[in-house]
Amino acid sequence: MKQLLTGNEAAARGAYEAGVSVASAYPGTPSTEILEELSRYKEVYSEWAPNEKVAMEVAIGASIGGARSLSAMKHVGMNVAADPMFTFAYLGVNGGCVLITADDPGLHSSQNEQDNRYYALHAKIPLIEPSDSQETKDFIKEAYEISEKYDVPIIFRMTTRICHSKSMVEFSERNEIGIKPYTRNISKFLATPASCRRHHVELEKKLTELEEYSNNTFLNREEFHSDEIGIITSGVSYNYAKEIFQENASYLKLGFTYPIPREKIRKFASKMKKLYVIEENDPYLETQIKAMGIEVIGKDKIPITGELNPDIIAYSLLGKENNTIAMNNEMIVERPPTLCSGCPHRGFFYEMSKLKDVVITGDIGCYTLGSAEPLNAMDTVICMGAGISAAHGFAKAFEKSGRKTKIFGVVGDSTFFHSGITSLIDIVYNGSNVTTVILDNRITGMTGHQENPGTGYTLMGEAAPILDIVKIVEAIGIKHVKVINPNELDQVKNSIKWAESLDEPSVIVTRWPCALKRFSSEDREEFDLSVKKFYVDTEICRKCSLCTKSGCPSISFSKENGASIDKNTCIGCSVCAQICPFKAIKGLEVN
Amino acid sequence: MKTKNILLVGVGGQGIILASKIISNTLINAGYDVKMSEVHGMAQRGGAVTTQVRFGDKVHSPIIGKGEADILVAFEKMEAERWLEYLKPDGLAVVNDYEIYSAPILSGKKNYPENIAEDLSEKVKLVMFNASEIAENLGNIKAQNIVITGAMAKNLQLENLDWKSSIEAFVKPKFVELNIDAFNAGLKKSFE
Repeated sequence: MKQLLTGNEAAARGAYEAGVSVASAYPGTPSTEILEELSRYKEVYSEWAPNEKVAMEVAIGASIGGARSLSAMKHVGMNVAADPMFTFAYLGVNGGCVLITADDPGLHSSQNEQDNRYYALHAKIPLIEPSDSQETKDFIKEAYEISEKYDVPIIFRMTTRICHSKSMVEFSERNEIGIKPYTRNISKFLATPASCRRHHVELEKKLTELEEYSNNTFLNREEFHSDEIGIITSGVSYNYAKEIFQENASYLKLGFTYPIPREKIRKFASKMKKLYVIEENDPYLETQIKAMGIEVIGKDKIPITGELNPDIIAYSLLGKENNTIAMNNEMIVERPPTLCSGCPHRGFFYEMSKLKDVVITGDIGCYTLGSAEPLNAMDTVICMGAGISAAHGFAKAFEKSGRKTKIFGVVGDSTFFHSGITSLIDIVYNGSNVTTVILDNRITGMTGHQENPGTGYTLMGEAAPILDIVKIVEAIGIKHVKVINPNELDQVKNSIKWAESLDEPSVIVTRWPCALKRFSSEDREEFDLSVKKFYVDTEICRKCSLCTKSGCPSISFSKENGASIDKNTCIGCSVCAQICPFKAIKGLEVN
Repeated sequence: MKTKNILLVGVGGQGIILASKIISNTLINAGYDVKMSEVHGMAQRGGAVTTQVRFGDKVHSPIIGKGEADILVAFEKMEAERWLEYLKPDGLAVVNDYEIYSAPILSGKKNYPENIAEDLSEKVKLVMFNASEIAENLGNIKAQNIVITGAMAKNLQLENLDWKSSIEAFVKPKFVELNIDAFNAGLKKSFE
């Protein structure tokens, strides 16, 4: 059977066919669908872990316990998981283990465009890079073979265009490999200085053998057409290169890129009059090939920043540019992403937007959009969890300078579980008068609604205990906690005033489900989720435009006609009605 | 045959991804090699959405650059302007004559651009009509994506492929008839 699959679907299929039995991940674009797809195969135990480090440790434990295991994460997630990964490289595996990194060149949905191939080089873990969905599936299966044969984990590097592009994939049956026996083996799996001195020596030997594999594997193949131009490439860049050069160049297409196949590269290079290295992001291959004393053209022509595409290659290497239609910028108004209609974060950020002297350290999630016009209610966003810890840092800096500005650290529920808890411990332990705001929308929103430890369900749809954020916060030692409904602006206002009056750390939990969420029975029990439609009474509207300060995409405004509300998209959060000083916005019950 | 490139653009929630799936599936069933690429993530929060479908004997790159789309299919008319550079100079644009206001327009800071139809028709072969209205009249505005898909099929001379099976495969049974009507309504919208 053949099917059109995204790279993510193909990765899941590959893991399934390879006989994987345990998989753990934390959602992150563009990797999220790998585990979502994998969870549909009931032979595989799949879970959402609270963060990538935990997920990777689960995969490592499962591997040592004898299962073929997998962990998948976005590129920045690998930073979180790096600690166990580096040591795991020394220890080796029992069941095969593949660690997928989904990089995001072009920052479609990320805070940086780091090139995670360097993790392979740095952690001394073999690296595989597929170019399309079929290769993703085939290479994952090969990855498990290599992992077990050479006793190493594998880093499997995908990128947004591999993850989210569809191409045809041929299916095979699952290799029901089962679970390998495990017996205690502390000289292998217990990382002490003594054992790891030995492990490092062994790992270097494995890498020598793996270079031999690299020179001979089908993952690294030569496509000879002519000796005029040779192109060394990997990942999606191979397809871009092929699109431009077709059969007018020869290719050394690398799918196994750590250790690089030096002998194969040398042979290929010796045949070519001119050599290009075409790769996205950093000069990962280029630097290593140049270190072999081979002259190549790469990043001096091809941009190091942003996502590649065939055009960029044609322009930078051949000076070719397509004719295009003239753009008329007067015909285009930007279309930035906004908090959705009825988003429970809106009420909170609307009130924050009215504060004058305040610092708001934000975090990664939909609520990063609290920084956008017209709310403009955020100072910083760095990484998962920094919303809380950076607030603490601000407080300590301001203590030194004597500045009295109130500091709010803002994170979502899933982000709090991910890495906010340890940050909050720091605030309590080292005492800063910071108010931490946990925007609990009862789901992991940004990545498309994944369950988390607070929602009551697992990835595989089983019921789970609901972690109580308030109890956690109190257990950490926060004495001042308030839970509010963010759609009630009075509650938001009062809680902000309350927090400002305290001289000890405090927490505000805003609790209301994401407007786009498929509500659980618990949600329906706890919240009044009946839909109302709001409208503007044009007789009363004074055209002051204050309602547009909420940034709700359902509200439009013109000087001639005043405000109006799109009845198709309004879900009746009522925030605009509370903002309107003239009570011109009214609600209607909808059945 | 030379690879053909379809660029679909619009706003989150307009059904672009589903339309792309139906197009890709139909092309595969017709024996073409197909690659499709989509942008996820922040785009879901009211931002611009694009997908690309490439088909031919053998397709390499999943994405195209500027000046390479044979057809630009815009589900919202300002989005047609935003992506115009990606269309071949002799390419054709199928545009839904429908406006969705973005944040700066909603708040009254900027106006929705006037004369988009005139600007587009001066520059490209243009098929422009209100697919949203057609879909609404058929019973559900959500079928606008399939109306537009029908117009795209007509103008790329793909109307004889088996679209019905793909619609049946990707649309809930109770909406199949509506979507087939929507597709047929789109088929009537051709250039010249």
